[in-house]
Amino acid sequence: MSATGIGAPVRRKEDFRFITGQGQYTDDVTRPGETRAVFVRSPHAHANIKSIDVSAAKTMPGVIDVLTGAQLASDKIGNLICGWMIHSKDGSPMKMSAHPALAATKVNCVGDAVAVVIAVTIAQGKDAAEKVKVDYEVLPAVVDPAKAQAAGAPQIHPDIANNTIYQWHLGEKKDVDVAFAAAKHVTKLDIINNRLVPNAMEPRAALADYDAGTDNLTLWNTSQNPHVARLVISAFIGMAPEHKLRVIAPDVGGGFGSKIFIYPEEVVCLWASRKVKRPVKWTSDRSEAFLTDAHGRDHVTHAELALDANGKILALRAKTIANLGAYMSTFSSSVPTYLYATLLSGQYNIPSIYCEVDAVYTNTAPVDAYRGAGRPEATFVVERLVEVAARQMGIDPADLRRRNFITAFPHQTPVIMAYDAGDYNASLKKAMEIADVKGFAKRKRDAARNGKLRGLGYSTYIEACGIAPSQAVGSLGAGVGLWESAEVRVNPTGSVEVLTGSHAHGQGHETTFAQLVSERLGIPFENVSIVHGDTDKVQFGMGTYGSRSGAVGMSAIVKALDKIEIKAKKVAAFMLEAAEGDIEFKDGKFTVAGTDKSAAFGDVALNAYIAHKFTGAELEPGLKETSFYDPTNFTFPAGCHICELDVDIETGKVDIVNWTAVDDFGTIINPMIVEGQVHGGIAQGVGQALMEGAFYDANGQLVTGSMMDYTMPRAHDLPSFHVGLTETKSPSNPLGMKGCGEAGAIASPAAVINAITDAIGTENIAMPATASAVWTALQKLQAPKAA
Amino acid sequence: MYNFTFHRPTTVRQAAGLLARNPDGKLLAGGHSLLPVMKQRLAQPSAIVDLSLVEGMSGVEVKGRSVVIGAMTRHADVANSQVLKDLMPGLASVPGSIGDPQVRNRGTIGGSIANNDPNADYPAACLGLGATIITNKRRIAADDFFTGMFSTALEEGEIIVKVSFPVAKKAAYEKFKHPASGFALVGVFVSKRGPDIRVAVTGAGSNGVFRVTSFEEALKKRFAAKSIEGMTIPASGMNADIHASPEYRAHLVAVLARRALAKANA
Repeated sequence: MSATGIGAPVRRKEDFRFITGQGQYTDDVTRPGETRAVFVRSPHAHANIKSIDVSAAKTMPGVIDVLTGAQLASDKIGNLICGWMIHSKDGSPMKMSAHPALAATKVNCVGDAVAVVIAVTIAQGKDAAEKVKVDYEVLPAVVDPAKAQAAGAPQIHPDIANNTIYQWHLGEKKDVDVAFAAAKHVTKLDIINNRLVPNAMEPRAALADYDAGTDNLTLWNTSQNPHVARLVISAFIGMAPEHKLRVIAPDVGGGFGSKIFIYPEEVVCLWASRKVKRPVKWTSDRSEAFLTDAHGRDHVTHAELALDANGKILALRAKTIANLGAYMSTFSSSVPTYLYATLLSGQYNIPSIYCEVDAVYTNTAPVDAYRGAGRPEATFVVERLVEVAARQMGIDPADLRRRNFITAFPHQTPVIMAYDAGDYNASLKKAMEIADVKGFAKRKRDAARNGKLRGLGYSTYIEACGIAPSQAVGSLGAGVGLWESAEVRVNPTGSVEVLTGSHAHGQGHETTFAQLVSERLGIPFENVSIVHGDTDKVQFGMGTYGSRSGAVGMSAIVKALDKIEIKAKKVAAFMLEAAEGDIEFKDGKFTVAGTDKSAAFGDVALNAYIAHKFTGAELEPGLKETSFYDPTNFTFPAGCHICELDVDIETGKVDIVNWTAVDDFGTIINPMIVEGQVHGGIAQGVGQALMEGAFYDANGQLVTGSMMDYTMPRAHDLPSFHVGLTETKSPSNPLGMKGCGEAGAIASPAAVINAITDAIGTENIAMPATASAVWTALQKLQAPKAA
Repeated sequence: MYNFTFHRPTTVRQAAGLLARNPDGKLLAGGHSLLPVMKQRLAQPSAIVDLSLVEGMSGVEVKGRSVVIGAMTRHADVANSQVLKDLMPGLASVPGSIGDPQVRNRGTIGGSIANNDPNADYPAACLGLGATIITNKRRIAADDFFTGMFSTALEEGEIIVKVSFPVAKKAAYEKFKHPASGFALVGVFVSKRGPDIRVAVTGAGSNGVFRVTSFEEALKKRFAAKSIEGMTIPASGMNADIHASPEYRAHLVAVLARRALAKANA
């Protein structure tokens, strides 16, 4: 391993500009004549729009125009779409209702945009927005997914009966029913996977610039996948032909999934820029972000696990209602289906699994993929069931897990996924050692002396990452392929630019991708630049989500580098007057086998461009190669997290005292960055388990609409993590990588809740398990004693 | 934020005059409550009278048997005051628990008291020590000052100049932080100064800060946690929201009172 190659904890190249305030985010980009968009948003969760009067607003100072949904419709701007088709169990396609970028006749959630003011300054725009008169006929709202399908529930979209988008299922119901009938023990749980607000540090933003001279549109936006945004805005929304639309996602400050999707605001900015013939910029404020960023999770589930007398799992079944909010966001349909039910086998050999999922509309913000996307929900179901079953059966929870671990690979689960590699015993064993599980009983006694109830909870999770083989996802309804692209451009001086379809918004690609190139070409790390996020510069790519940049994005770079080596060897053969087959490439040097004749990588690059040693008939000049890599399978990161915590008996407050994470991510490029990803993921998972929760009141008002009421995890809420690794390489990509971006968020909620329920001696507690909620649970447990 | 005129008087008299001339005006002390609501366009003051240039409004001083804190003294300066930490660490700990470093470096004691946020920390300290709020017009006992949620005895044009806290031999503050905002979900300040025993509670009551007379009575026998062991206060009148039920808040009042007493006696 070199100091900057694969496996080296290289400091992040990008951090200098970020920590010195020199990052270039969308809001930092300014264009001459720029105007600001201010949206007029519905204060009601559900209402008919009787009329909109913009006349007073139009006369306000600094106002250039005020535009409404009626104009958007008459300009034939298409609706936003969900790009993943799900079929119900009766074979009917999912029912997607219209989602116009500006509501014209009806609003379906608080924050729904009904008009936009284009003004010279934000303050002028806000003043004018207050003068837009909207006459609403307020309708009753439904926010609870469990109530959305009930007879008499408010009907959100006139064309969608019972607010039901689809009734999907996976697995063999008959097999599962037979297994349950024969089971010695059945564990049942009702689970609510709480709704979360992503809260990326940089709020969403869009800057649209129409060039009347060329009829070209340029959009700077906060996107995790600019090419997909361009494709959807062009092909489905009809804003402009694809070649007349350039999308640039410059530095992006966090996404967690929420910036995958195509949102109304960027569509409106593009449309408005063409109408007013000036650049139009919108930057969300935090209040708008709470209301309009796609939220995460929000499942209501009943789950059951069937076991034999020895604690061997026979079958699992689950019925989930997934809240997709007021509109179907870009990939919302896939999250509670193919990203959820397909992971219900966990790390276990479960012969039969059956899962039903109803997706419903409610008068709430749209819900879509959020760090983990479906897999945290699946892990929570499986790991809670397993833990509770072990306690009910009097089996040690680690032992019950061991009895059911999959140990032979490849392993075909009953829910589509074929696990390719893993060693679940190894990660459990290592985690138990690091966490000193043996010493837990003593620590529990010590804690009790201080008025604390100590608990320990496991989560042996699995996820499917490296998303994903295009043919496979196509067969499941995806509207796109999920390969990735890379172009490696070697300059005449031997420095390298890598153009990648992956997108970095905190992951550190400029560092890790450069490490790969440095290692592979034997050139200094500093001589490699990574270019991403601009559809005019980079070939079509699919972007970053689903922990795919390493396993898929870097695999594309590997393939392009393979081609570079082949071509460079040809050049070197002419330079060294040797046969191509005799050229060897190692540590940045081309040598003729068995001789001391050699050429450095930089010299070969120069010769590729000056082309003095070969004719055009023999070899094309230049050194630049492109690859489109389509993975052969998902990857399956897995591991074991152990949470140890204290519950203050008097207040119910939970303090996490020890956290152990042992993950198997396959090959690791930069262990420091991987550790950071694990830390961040755990923080978000602990946030979900203990603090975060988006709550709407019965009228559809978001009660947790600011940082004053929505609890984000802070550094002081978390202990120092003990992070360890095991390694089985993924056989499904050339580097053996699995992906690490989501693991922490997937594993941790179940570990926390398993530990709390262990501490207080209850079966279940809802997330977020705030001090108030834990205290209330303790009172219920103590009630019989007091009575 | 809407437009407003911005004034920076250099004397309390000038500030009071500006307030009199601008009935919709607001004083800017630290601004950490006022500015966020202005940014959200929930408040539209016609004028802002910034007190930061008014001389003689900051500082922590010992005057006889009292500690006098200027109304514009920043939370961080009170928390870090060595004289206060030596004399009454229980009071010094109150501003140290407010918000985050940014808030503590801007927020002021006068602003906090005048705003009387039902979850703010200083009102508990004022009521829990029997402080006197000194304005440009008069002296107001803490018992008469806090009149309800976001409401005080302050009249039009009245400006808090300083707050005088009697030195108590035993005093301590225990706070259970609101998980999101860091304000007091419940905060309890206890003190003993001769026969005067006080237990003041912030965060819990739907009418703002209040004293727990039943605890105070019980503590007259002995100022110790044991004296109120098993005592509770009724849940009626407690705040209810997604973060805590009235029962939980009432329960926390008793828990935190016991912990504060233990701390005061430590």
